[in-house]
Formats: sequence, C-alpha cells, structure tokens
Amino acid sequence: MSHFIRSALALLIFAAALPANAAIKVLATTTDWGALATELGGDQVNVYVATSALQDVHRVEAKPSLVARARSADLVVASGAELEIGWLPVLIQESGNRHIQPGSPGYFEATSVIQLLEKPEHFDRSLGDIHPQGNPHVQLDPHNIARIAKALSERLAELDSAHAQYYQQRAKDFDTRWQAAIQRWEAKGASLKGTQVVVMHRDQTYLCQWLGLQQVAAIEPKPGMPPTAGYLGQLVQQLTKAPPRVILVNAYNDPKAATWLSDRVHAPVVVLPFSVGGTPEAKDLFGLFDDTLNKLLAVLK
Amino acid sequence: MTSCKARAALLALAGMILPTLSQAAADDVATLRAELDALKKEYTTRVDALEQRIATLESAPVGALAQSAPAEAPPAMAMPSQSGSAPGTAFNPAMSLILAGSYTDTSQDPDTWRIGGFIPSGGEVGPGARSFNLGESEITLAANVDPYFSAQMTAALTGDDEVEVEEAFFRTLALPEGFTAKGGRFFSGFGYLNEVHAHAWDFVDQPLAYQAFFGGQFKQDGLQVKWLAPTDLFIELGAETGNGDEFPGTQRNRNGLNGATLFAHVGGDIDDATSWRAGAAYLDQHAEDRAWDTIDEFGLPLTNSFTGKSQTWVVDGVLKWTPVGDPQRRQLKVQGEYMRRRESGDLTFDTAGSNLSDGYRSTQSGWYLQGVYQFLPRWRAGLRYDALDSGTPHIALVESGELPLSAFPTLLPADPDRISIMLDWNPSEFTRLRAQYDWDNARDEDDRDRVFRLQYIYGIGAHGAHKF
Repeated sequence: MSHFIRSALALLIFAAALPANAAIKVLATTTDWGALATELGGDQVNVYVATSALQDVHRVEAKPSLVARARSADLVVASGAELEIGWLPVLIQESGNRHIQPGSPGYFEATSVIQLLEKPEHFDRSLGDIHPQGNPHVQLDPHNIARIAKALSERLAELDSAHAQYYQQRAKDFDTRWQAAIQRWEAKGASLKGTQVVVMHRDQTYLCQWLGLQQVAAIEPKPGMPPTAGYLGQLVQQLTKAPPRVILVNAYNDPKAATWLSDRVHAPVVVLPFSVGGTPEAKDLFGLFDDTLNKLLAVLK
Repeated sequence: MTSCKARAALLALAGMILPTLSQAAADDVATLRAELDALKKEYTTRVDALEQRIATLESAPVGALAQSAPAEAPPAMAMPSQSGSAPGTAFNPAMSLILAGSYTDTSQDPDTWRIGGFIPSGGEVGPGARSFNLGESEITLAANVDPYFSAQMTAALTGDDEVEVEEAFFRTLALPEGFTAKGGRFFSGFGYLNEVHAHAWDFVDQPLAYQAFFGGQFKQDGLQVKWLAPTDLFIELGAETGNGDEFPGTQRNRNGLNGATLFAHVGGDIDDATSWRAGAAYLDQHAEDRAWDTIDEFGLPLTNSFTGKSQTWVVDGVLKWTPVGDPQRRQLKVQGEYMRRRESGDLTFDTAGSNLSDGYRSTQSGWYLQGVYQFLPRWRAGLRYDALDSGTPHIALVESGELPLSAFPTLLPADPDRISIMLDWNPSEFTRLRAQYDWDNARDEDDRDRVFRLQYIYGIGAHGAHKF
C-alpha cells in the first residue's frame, strides 16, 4: 500500500512541477468551434477538439481521454442548448476543473448568442428527442458564425486580458474576411432559393433557412429516432407525388436510408460536410461553406 | 421567555406601531395613489418603448440582430420564454424518473437461490420472484447548490412499497488542482459497475461477483476525495471513508473513520474508434457481529456471525470500440472485473444457542467478463460469463474437532458460475426492452437454474448523462 501512496505523491509533485503553458487551452466540442477558436486565437490558443466531423455530437461518450482534456482546459467551447447534454456535463463534473464550470468565464456556449429556430412550444418526448431551447445545430448559417465569433473573441480577451488587443485585431480581421465571404456565398447561392429538399435529421434547418431551401420531409420520423421501414414506405408514397430536387445527407449520417429513398423517388443524394472536416474540402470554416455550396450547386445546376 | 413576558412584549410592540399607523394612514393613501399613477405612467412608456423595439427587430434583417444584441445578454435568455414559468419554479432541480419492471421465469424455486460457499450478504441478490415484478422506480433530483457545491439525490421506490435512499450527496465544484470531494451517501467509486445505476446496466442484474462480494452495489455513507492528474492520459486517484455500515463491514459503535477505500483509474484512446479504462481498488473494512441466517447439518435454522477484518481487491477494465463514431449505430463494449477478498477473525456458531466462537480465515475470489455488441441502431446483444471461487475456509471450530464441517453446509467449498445472454431493443434513448437468459449455477449444484427474464426500462424527465 505504501508503494501506492508513494507513487501517488510522486505524481502530485510531478504535476505541480509542470511548466505553465502560456497559451489558452481550448476544449471545443465540435470541429467548427475548434476551427473558430483557432481563427480567433491564433497562436495564443491551443485547441483540442472532442469530436470528429464524422460523429453525431449528440451521441458522444464521456471518454476518459476527454475527461483528461477537460481537466487542463482553460476554456470549453460548446454548442449548448442541450446538444452535448449526454456527455459534456459528465466531462465537466469529472474533470475537477473549477475554471470550466457552467457560469464561469471558462465555459462558452455558442447558442447563447443565437436566436434558436424550432423552439418547441410543447415539451413532450413523443415528439422525439427535442431540445427545449430550440434547434442547436446553428453552424450552417454564416451569420450565426459571425455572431458567435464576436462573442467568443470577447471571451478570449476576458480570459487572457494581456492579449486582449491581439484577439480584437484577429476578430476584426476574421470579420472582414467573413463578411466578404458571406456576400460571395449569398450571391452564389441565390439560385438555390425555393429548392425543395429532403433532410436527414433537422440539423440542416439553419442552412435551409439561410439559403431559402424548402424542407419538404425528414428521413428521421422524429428527432433522434432512426427511420422505420413503415415510415420510409410512407415517405416514398408522399415524395413520389411531389418529388424533391435533392436529398441532403450530412457526412456523419449513415447514408443507407437516404440512398434507399433516392433510388425510389429519383432524387440525388448530396453528402454535405455539415462540419469542418466533414469532407476533405471543408478544411476550415470558409471551406465548410464553399464546399457546401459547391456540392449543392453541382447537383442542382 | 415565559408566556407572560412574551405577551407583555407583544403588547408593547403593538402599542408602538398602531398609533403611528393610524396617523400615517390618511396621508399615505394620497401618497400611494400618486406613486401608483407615476408607476402606471412609467410602465406605459416602457411598454411602448419595448413594443417599438420588437417592431424594429422583427422588421430588421437577421444579420442586423447581431449588432443590436449584446454578447453578454443573449437574446434567448433575455427574452421571457414562451411557456413562461411560475414564480419560484425557475430554480427547480433537474428531475428524472426511471421505471423498470420484469417478467421472470425460473426452472428452480427462487427462494432456494444462494451463492454456494459464500457468506450471504443480506443484499438484494438472485433472480427475484417469479412472474411479473415491479422493479425499482428511481427518482433523481440534481442541481447546483451555489457556485461551490452541487447536490443530487436518487431515491428508489421498491416493488415492496419501500423507499430506499440510493444516493444523496453533495459534490464540490470549486476545489483547485483537479480535486473533487463528495459527501453523504453515494455508490463507491471503485471498479467499473459499482457506480452505475441499475437502469444503465447492460444485463438485468449485477454479475455474481458483485452479488457475492457486495450484495449488489457498495454504498458509502461518508466522504470521497478524488484527484485527476493534469495529464493527457486519464489518471484518477480516489480515497473514501465512511461509517463502515455496508456489507462486508458493519456499523460499529465507534467514533472516527470506519473502513477505507482506495481506487485508481487510468484510461485513454488507442485510436479514434477505441477507448479504454482500467482500474484497481482496495477496500479495508471491519465487521463486528456480522450475522447471517443459515442452517446446520440437520437443516435447522440458526444464526452465525463473523467479527474481524475484511480486505478486498478489485481490478476492472473496459474497452469500447465504436467504428463509425456513433455508439448508437455500432459499438462493441467489453468489460471485466476481478475481485479477491481475505477475511480473518472469529466465527460464532449459533449465536442464539450454543454460541461457540473461534478463529476463521478465508480467501475468496470471483470475476466476470462480458461483451455487448450494438449491431443495429436499435439493437444490442450481450454475452456474460460469471465465475466464483469460494476457496476452503479455515474454521477453527472444525479444525479443532469441536464441530463437524457439515455444521456449516453453506460454507462448503464451491465454485459457482453462470452464463447469460441478452438481447435488447432501444427504440429511443429513453426506452429499453430486454430479454435475458441465464444458465445459472450460483448454488453450485447438479442442475443449473434456467432463468428467463423480460425487462422494461423507461426514463422520463431530464436527459441522462452517463459516465464512460
């Protein structure tokens, strides 16, 4: 036993002797927030992303490796609105890190500065796994990104006031490039307005709203519920009468149901990156929107 | 204060207040009216201003909202929610309710179920009664108390109309350097399954090792301190102590700390799809007159008891493989635990009768290994193997020839085992319907008990969050 205690003590001393790293350690729950933190923080931040673009962020597990990252994080950047409710509270609780507790400056929720769409009027799980605060998948409207960038930059400056000016400068620079890109994207995507689409889960809502795409059906019968054979049959009936132009699938989705449907209703499937890293082209936030528009325009021309 | 004095004091107080009131009353009515009018006016202007702002906001393009909404006051929070909340309800804790129940079919009489060679724990063990059974209904309330503490309680309402406090603890939120402390009643942090609530188990019941060594789950009424190392490798060390009143210990009429638990967990990722966690723990408990009802060589009921030290080692490991990144689409989870206990002290035979007492020493072990595979979005299948080794206890009363070994029929060496298969269907995150079949040889007799169970688990209320 004494050996055990001695090793524990040795570890403690080792930990205390670790050099303090100057950069802010950011734990981002998605690749998008990771990319945004990198845009805004430059070399003053050290970003670790908890998930990959090929994962459903709602269904991630509180892995030991993530708890360890939460332990040493200075800032958690999450989507919020209960998107990460199944695992982030556990990470924060198990981390023993007081700096990232909700309510402290080290905890940032992107959705806190966004007016969420699809806020349910009735909270009833017979409607599926709905999010009481509204639809949390906000990243596919670039105007939302601009808003979140502003707030996140302010948060970085608050946490690391010594470099406040640096963050302000980067935020300004990012905003200039971003607003220019939005104009370019909106001009490019103007022709997509009114296009009828089928979505997988309701996580493309913000994209549809931004580009004026019209969601005519969702492959998931209710949020978070995989489609049943019966429901897919109904969809085929409904969509044969009024075929959609395209079926939108996210990179992280299982495309099986969408492909099956595509064959029957004769609408092409488009796999969109959904998040930074979802496709090889979506290397950063700019690439995410460039590629999303390119993929859409390629089939709808 | 006597009632006479109290009355006098009240009268004096009333005497001071009443004249002032009547004097002021007339003037006050006038002033109040004026103030009310002023208030009304002020509110009308405010409401007008607000209405105007809403109108501007609604007509403005979406992009313009960002500039007018300050980052510190998010619109989603600043605006009253549509559903609204009654005064005093905004701080309600997160609430959830788990309902569970089962249908059980056993080939042998469940009343005869026991774990061969092991001293009974007195816990809720075994396959339970036949036919339909209402399981435990778990109610959990949890919230932050203030910036420094959070609190949580889980109460279980059993099918026998009893209420059981499963857990009720506070936890620190603001300790520095990766420390967390927890106090109250809580599931001890050792092993893998000990902290897991029944509704999150991958089989209907606990492995035999947990049933034999801890009578199910080991609860601590005490304190826990955990420390997480600031390393990329997950390293967690924990220590607990309590009142010692949980099998294999007993409550002792003694001040101070009773029993200690030390545990360590290490974990990490092998690659993007594979994660693991392993741990080791040591429990040091003391039992005083830990009694159990049993039978003697003639099958007559009597009570024996044990007083002495009980030391348990637990080693645990879990590995999860999630090839597509979504554990609800496809995942393989393999877990196993090994337990070893040494008890030494005195064994008393027939406490109510002959009351013979002499030395006792045993070393017992047990383990399980299980795999659960999520092969389709709604379906999981599992296989578990359980094994126990009771060892041969040294009973001084037997070794001295005072009593025959057959006087302790339940302590005869045995190696119980069990094979279980499981299939569950999860139409949503909140429903689980399960079938399980066991070839159960816990009794270590010739015939295996064939146990078939159907189980339902429903969760309502707050969305659950589970540990790895």
